[in-house]
Amino acid sequence: MDIQVDKVAKAYERFPALHGVSLHIASGELVALLGPSGSGKTTLLRVIAGLESPDSGRVLMGGDDASRLSVQQRHVGFVFQSYALFRNMRVVDNVAFGLRVRPRATRPPRAEIRRRALELLDFVQLTGLDRRYPQQLSGGQRQRVALARALAIEPRVLLLDEPFGALDARVRKELRKWLREIHDRTGHTTVFVTHDQEEALELADRLVVMSQGRIEQIGTPDEIYDHPTSPYVYGFIGESSHVQAERKSGEILVGGRQTGLRTEGADGPVLLYFRPHHVDLSDGEPGLVGTVTAQRRVGGVRRVELAVEGATEKVEIDIPSGFPAAPGSRLTFRPGRWQTYALA
Amino acid sequence: MTQTLAPSLPEASTRGPRRLIPGFGITLGTTVLYLSLIVLIPLAGLFLKAASAPLDEIMAIAQSNRTINALRVSFGSALVAGLVNLVFGLLIAWVLVRYRFPGKRIIDALVDLPFALPTAVAGIALSTLYAPKGWIGGLFSGNSPFWAWWHEQAWLPFGWSTFSPSIKIAFTPSGIVIALIFIGLPFVVRTVQPVLEELEHELEEAAATLGATRLQTIVHVILPRLAPAALTGFALATARAIGEYGSVIFIAGNMPNISEIAPVLIVIRLEEFDQAGAAVVAVLMLILSFLMLLLINLIQSWSRRRFGDA
Amino acid sequence: MRRVLLAVALVYIAAVLVLPLVLVFTEAFRKGWENYLSAFTDPSSLAAIRLTLLVTVIAVPLNAVFGVLAAWSVTKYQFRGKALLTTLIDLPFSVSPVVSGMVYVLLFGAQGLIGPWLRDNGIEIIFAVPGIVLATMFVTVPFVARELIPLMQSQGTTDEEAALSLGASGWQTFRRVTLPNIKWGLVYGVLLCTARAMGEFGAVSVVSGHIRGKTTTMPLDIEILYNDYNFTAAFAMASLLALLALVTLLIKTVLELRFADELAGTRRH
Repeated sequence: MDIQVDKVAKAYERFPALHGVSLHIASGELVALLGPSGSGKTTLLRVIAGLESPDSGRVLMGGDDASRLSVQQRHVGFVFQSYALFRNMRVVDNVAFGLRVRPRATRPPRAEIRRRALELLDFVQLTGLDRRYPQQLSGGQRQRVALARALAIEPRVLLLDEPFGALDARVRKELRKWLREIHDRTGHTTVFVTHDQEEALELADRLVVMSQGRIEQIGTPDEIYDHPTSPYVYGFIGESSHVQAERKSGEILVGGRQTGLRTEGADGPVLLYFRPHHVDLSDGEPGLVGTVTAQRRVGGVRRVELAVEGATEKVEIDIPSGFPAAPGSRLTFRPGRWQTYALA
Repeated sequence: MTQTLAPSLPEASTRGPRRLIPGFGITLGTTVLYLSLIVLIPLAGLFLKAASAPLDEIMAIAQSNRTINALRVSFGSALVAGLVNLVFGLLIAWVLVRYRFPGKRIIDALVDLPFALPTAVAGIALSTLYAPKGWIGGLFSGNSPFWAWWHEQAWLPFGWSTFSPSIKIAFTPSGIVIALIFIGLPFVVRTVQPVLEELEHELEEAAATLGATRLQTIVHVILPRLAPAALTGFALATARAIGEYGSVIFIAGNMPNISEIAPVLIVIRLEEFDQAGAAVVAVLMLILSFLMLLLINLIQSWSRRRFGDA
Repeated sequence: MRRVLLAVALVYIAAVLVLPLVLVFTEAFRKGWENYLSAFTDPSSLAAIRLTLLVTVIAVPLNAVFGVLAAWSVTKYQFRGKALLTTLIDLPFSVSPVVSGMVYVLLFGAQGLIGPWLRDNGIEIIFAVPGIVLATMFVTVPFVARELIPLMQSQGTTDEEAALSLGASGWQTFRRVTLPNIKWGLVYGVLLCTARAMGEFGAVSVVSGHIRGKTTTMPLDIEILYNDYNFTAAFAMASLLALLALVTLLIKTVLELRFADELAGTRRH
């Protein structure tokens, strides 16, 4: 089922959480809401779920306006960051809860509920743990119970708030792969919130990068990584360096010096963004010139910090590990992939 | 001279691992001594006294109608008051934790009034309040300005204006329950309040996303989590009510076999210089209170095992 | 729903808690200020106030010292029987006040275990001031200790160990490290202990003998006045104790608001 978020705005006691956000999520898609804390990503997820009501705007599910439906009627599977498992119920009863509280007319028979709960526990690979209490499980297992519980109500969409936030790194990676599998097998439209870009890039079909209550960019992992549309996204996703530069009839100048980089656009000050590993050392040719201020070995390459001539910012670039780069020495380099953003 | 030094070394080591923080002997010693003198020895004297009576006499006292009735009145009214406090304690805790309203801080502080107000003061106040001519008692006995006004309303159909209730509260067993409700009010509130405050809001949201109505959420999710604390509060309130004396004697009427509580019977036996009789009733009360305490501990350890919290 | 629940709760609190309180002051002032004040010029009533203060001044400091020592020994050391000791400290809470008083009657009374010996030596305990003090002490033993034990437990022993490693003596460690840490908890416990000591009725009633002007404390005096149908005087005396209760609640609330972190987490009595 597809989700259409239409100009949704929401403010908490004067401090705005969402400024007129619009977004379309196609049926069966796996989408990540990515952003730092306070960017409004969790609020957006909760608005979609119906846990928060927007001040203005609408949420449509499958083309129908869901804004007027209560949380109960919306039929979304929501997995909470803290899992919110019911400690007074066994694992199987947690999973069965959503079916048991249905009105008599739509409630499956007792045996059927139990059968489906056990089936879901098999599905999330928790066979045999049905009689445990949640606090007798590990973090990763609790996470899976929470997911099974959300899937039990046959939700129209699956929403997850920082699903791996409380787990240690190893379990995180494991569950990440596993969630992708689950998604591919069930075909649910799935939206999850994360502040971890690696997680988002690896897992999602599309990313929604958010900042300060606005959507900065929506796109596939490739689009976001290779063609960030704003300095914010460039800086937030992956490693990046930037310097102040100037555009003069298509030429990019740093500190008044030719860099050999060309781009169309109006004349004026710009910010030049590039990634440390996308640079070529360009001895003898025009490029950015900098003095080495620090260097350290990072894996197979050497990461060098440079003070660029004519710029106030320091930048970082990766060079071959064998290349001499003593502090104080000068290097000339040219970004292979880069982007400029006009300074407003 | 060197010989005197040598033996002191092994002597020090025989005292076992030394405790790092000094003062173990003196603090523990004083604590045990004080507790023994003030509490333990006098209490032991009570058991000694009760046991010193011949067995058939003990049995006769324990099985006499008056003893059994007094214990029944004490436990019965304590349980009824405990149940009332369980229900209203949950309600008050809920209101104090979940709602915002003007004067909340004052109400919250006022809940502890029964702990701070001397029982004799509560006793005479309640007794006056619930007496047949009192502010509340009058409403039930038909003896209040409201009923005087009511009887003048001759225009009412079916002769309603002649209706007058005649329920007596003070000086009956109901009066005892009223007093015990008063003194037991804070217990459930104060045990449930912290649990409710720490209950994750996500639990209720999770239940809602799974389709549960508000009532289903309360019954299946919230109340089970409050149950151990509420039961502890109920047991504490009941235990306190069983031994209560000061607030009850003024309002109870103290009719033997009807509205005479066990502590009153003890006092009467003491005044009759029947120390054995008093001691047997007291020991019976202590045993029953001890069972209540045991119950509290069982609830708490069960809850720790089950939910991972107290 | 919200409004209904709130209304029910508030009406209930008003009926159960506020009304008795209002009644005490209404009855006390029913016959005007002069009658109210004259209740306190009666020498017997004055004697009752004096006796209550005397009992409090003896019982509270003793129980405060006991509470600190008991909490120190229970929380700073590991030893066998610790759980039993903590239970015993709480014991007076689960004993009926009447029983608390009566144990001393059985011990020191005329027919008591050492009653005859006391009589031969001219020592009066039961139906005299010492008995009243003892009964009050029994009832209020746990107040300070049970406030400090959870507090000191949560604070652990690292502060003390640090002080000792820096060369402080045991007493210096207590004075300069432990005491400042538990200061507000101690004040809180002493406050509750004082309120109970001044208001104790059942235990004191059994050992007092009810000799007006000699062995009656304020709560006992209230009983006598009330049973003599001297309601104005009874409620006048009661209003003093009710005022004391309100002040206790006020200080308690202020302490809880300002020093929440420095008080124990558990609030049960």
